[in-house]
Amino acid sequence: MRLLSDTALAPNPAGGDDLSATRRGFVIGAVMASGALLVGCSPADIMGAGAPKRDFGAFGPFLKFAPDGQITVMNKHQEMGQGNHVGLLAMVAEELDADWSKVGVEASAADAKVYANSLMGIQGTGGSTAIANSWLQYRKVGAAARAMFVQAAAEAWKAPISEIHVKSGVVSHANGKSATFAELLPAAAKIVPPKDPTLKDPKDFTLIGTDRVKRKDSLAKSTGTARYTQDVRLPNMLTAVVAHSPRFGGKLKSFDATAARKVKGVVDVFAIPTGVAVVADGVYAARKGRDALVLTWDDSAAEARSSAELEATYRKIAAGEITPKDDQWTDFASKGEAKDSFEGPDVLHATYDFPYLAHAPMEPMNCVAQVDGSKCKLTYGAQGHSLDQLSAATVVFALPGSIEIETLFAGGSFGRRSSYDSDYVVEAVHVAKHVGGFRPVKLVWTREDDMGGGHYRPMAHHAVSVRVGKDGYPVAWRHRVVVQSFAKGTMLASMMVKKGVDGTTVEGVEGSPYLAATPVVDAKVYTPKSPITTLWWRSVGATHTAPVMEHTVDQLAHRAGIDPVAYRRELYNRAGAKRHLAVLDLATEKAGWGQPLAEGWTRGCAVHESFGSVVANVCEMKLIDGEPKVRRVVVAVDCGVAVTPDQIAAQMEGGACYGLSAALYGKVEIDKGAPVEKNFDSYRVLRHNEAPKVETHILPSANPPSGVGEPGTPVMMASLPNAILAATGKPVSKFPIVSA
Amino acid sequence: MGLSLSINGQIHTVEAEPDTPLLWVLRDELGMTGTKYGCGVAQCGACTVHLDGAAVRSCQTPISAVGAGKITTIEGLEGRHPLQAAWVAHDVPQCGYCQSGQIMSAAALLAQNPKPSDGDIDAAMSGNLCRCGAYQRIHAAILDAASAKTEA
Repeated sequence: MRLLSDTALAPNPAGGDDLSATRRGFVIGAVMASGALLVGCSPADIMGAGAPKRDFGAFGPFLKFAPDGQITVMNKHQEMGQGNHVGLLAMVAEELDADWSKVGVEASAADAKVYANSLMGIQGTGGSTAIANSWLQYRKVGAAARAMFVQAAAEAWKAPISEIHVKSGVVSHANGKSATFAELLPAAAKIVPPKDPTLKDPKDFTLIGTDRVKRKDSLAKSTGTARYTQDVRLPNMLTAVVAHSPRFGGKLKSFDATAARKVKGVVDVFAIPTGVAVVADGVYAARKGRDALVLTWDDSAAEARSSAELEATYRKIAAGEITPKDDQWTDFASKGEAKDSFEGPDVLHATYDFPYLAHAPMEPMNCVAQVDGSKCKLTYGAQGHSLDQLSAATVVFALPGSIEIETLFAGGSFGRRSSYDSDYVVEAVHVAKHVGGFRPVKLVWTREDDMGGGHYRPMAHHAVSVRVGKDGYPVAWRHRVVVQSFAKGTMLASMMVKKGVDGTTVEGVEGSPYLAATPVVDAKVYTPKSPITTLWWRSVGATHTAPVMEHTVDQLAHRAGIDPVAYRRELYNRAGAKRHLAVLDLATEKAGWGQPLAEGWTRGCAVHESFGSVVANVCEMKLIDGEPKVRRVVVAVDCGVAVTPDQIAAQMEGGACYGLSAALYGKVEIDKGAPVEKNFDSYRVLRHNEAPKVETHILPSANPPSGVGEPGTPVMMASLPNAILAATGKPVSKFPIVSA
Repeated sequence: MGLSLSINGQIHTVEAEPDTPLLWVLRDELGMTGTKYGCGVAQCGACTVHLDGAAVRSCQTPISAVGAGKITTIEGLEGRHPLQAAWVAHDVPQCGYCQSGQIMSAAALLAQNPKPSDGDIDAAMSGNLCRCGAYQRIHAAILDAASAKTEA
């Protein structure tokens, strides 16, 4: 018998840290939704059930050679900007010794039995795992193919294998014979691929870790030819928009479609579980039709509270003034015995409020679905392939593996395109099921649908009290977290929640070197409930835990009159946090920490570990007309072997902008259960003129690769408040920092 | 019936209602999908095209307002604009969804101001959102394309 936990929750075979709670979350949905703590079934078996037989050719499911020698690598992951496609290509091309100019990429099919994320057990992209989980797998793909070409040449030339060399797609022998992959292809394809091919010693890499590894999609994305879901055009295709409840938790009571049906181009109007679908011959007609609907909603189970009320409730819960019946306080990182009360002059108190955040990728959610009976095809920027297959399968009564997915580029995601309930995908399937006949229907969410569609980074409140010793360093740490859980009370709960704690609510407090350096810790989490849906959002728990831990430590340093970087060093030494120390040293050296700045400018520093990587961030900030302006950010990252250094830099640059945007401006306010900010006119995000110059420094490492897409974000959200503290002497306690 | 539009040097007769935004005519009726929908309220710049050389947001430009104006879309640059080469050289795109609009805004800037300062670029590009945060590469690519153009 093999339980899911045996495979999916095993430590990272690529050598990274234990699976983070975020990574676990992907697996859980799969299992729970399928009712599948089934004896003898792996999650991939369940998710892949019903998959068609596939003929992969001589080089297996990840690699294809065209007769002209053009090489195609199948990407099992979603390419949503993070550049994983080029990292995966580099791993294959490196071991294959291919000509980099002849290597291309295609999205693989959705098939958990073949294309599972080895850290999740099912197919899906998230938790910054794309490179980490593929590190050995994709290299072996290249190495196996190389061995086949070498053997083919050895047989043809009657030479020992040890005398055959491969360089840039050309196989050669010392006696002067040589042949291209294309020329050897027919013979190589007949050779049985070795199961465990020898991999290169990293010191022999010529591609991995170099700036030769450039994106393969830049031209398509600079000419408008890259294909996104929004761009899908199929014969006879319809476009659908859906009218949703304005309030979270509201249900459709009744609707009148008389006027909507009269709109030119509208084809049909009908109810689906999430609202009323308007199907038309294009986006504009569908939207006009929706505008003409008369809708009444049943708000009896809807959220009725507003942000201020929720915030006040969270504060009261944290302060122990009330304990609603939603949940009970649960310990998560406590140790030692807190003998003294957390009162007195040697105690620092800090509280933090965080709002709901929308992911707001540039391409709002959308999905093209075709349904005929139980036959279903989806064409879209799939990120959670297996979960989406499972969700779609439940709508059309099919086996998950039979749901065909054609994966396109996603116009950003930051976590949004993969959700435990596959919300927008399920909606598309419902619409296409109603339309029937396998007729393509493109479900389009407007920006307002997307931002109003929940699945937010949850609102959170932290209350921290730290008693310091005579030396100014912590001796006892009390921590209270109040934050919604997207695992508890959902199908994710039974596996994602351990000892009553949803790991994503506390990751980053739990595991902090600052707590490791503190003898007594009293840490508890409480998860209130609301119909407002929440989800992982680029770096997940770290979006609030990193600013809390880093800003608290900065406040402690200021109180003690110790330089914040020196203060961190002492704590890292006490905790034995060598990787933290190394990135801190690198970033502060490159940033010129301690050197004078022009009038009004201050620096802030933050270090945080997430997704197996440790990142330090030093920013330079000035308050201009009351608003923080960040002009320079120096990042040092330890992410194991740097497969694609320029793409790591791109993720640090983008991660900093994403974090800065959220820390400065990000906020979805709730008004009586309905979101207020539903477009970029009110949901302010970072613009070109506000973007800092980000310098990335990668710590040399021989460890296997760890995450890069997410870990650059939380440190930016944390270094900014520290720069503000340095400038004003006043701590930041509420996000976003710029109000209104 | 039908309205004539001049797009990328060609006249297209379209059937859409006159109040239809140019964006949806380009994408849904003419199949020119390089121009993207991002917000529909002229706040993100993903739908930027040129109308008589000026950068406009096609999501807020009804076709009735275009008249005899000459429209250029990302397809009209034919992949030959120096900005596009600079975009590739810098590996600017991440998700790439905003980049058509970014390039059209930058192209309009360079057409009017061949050697823009940092401040000029900031001003011209602040209407184009990039949630991936590729701003510094966009900025560098514009400076590169400008110097390439000047040298040529």
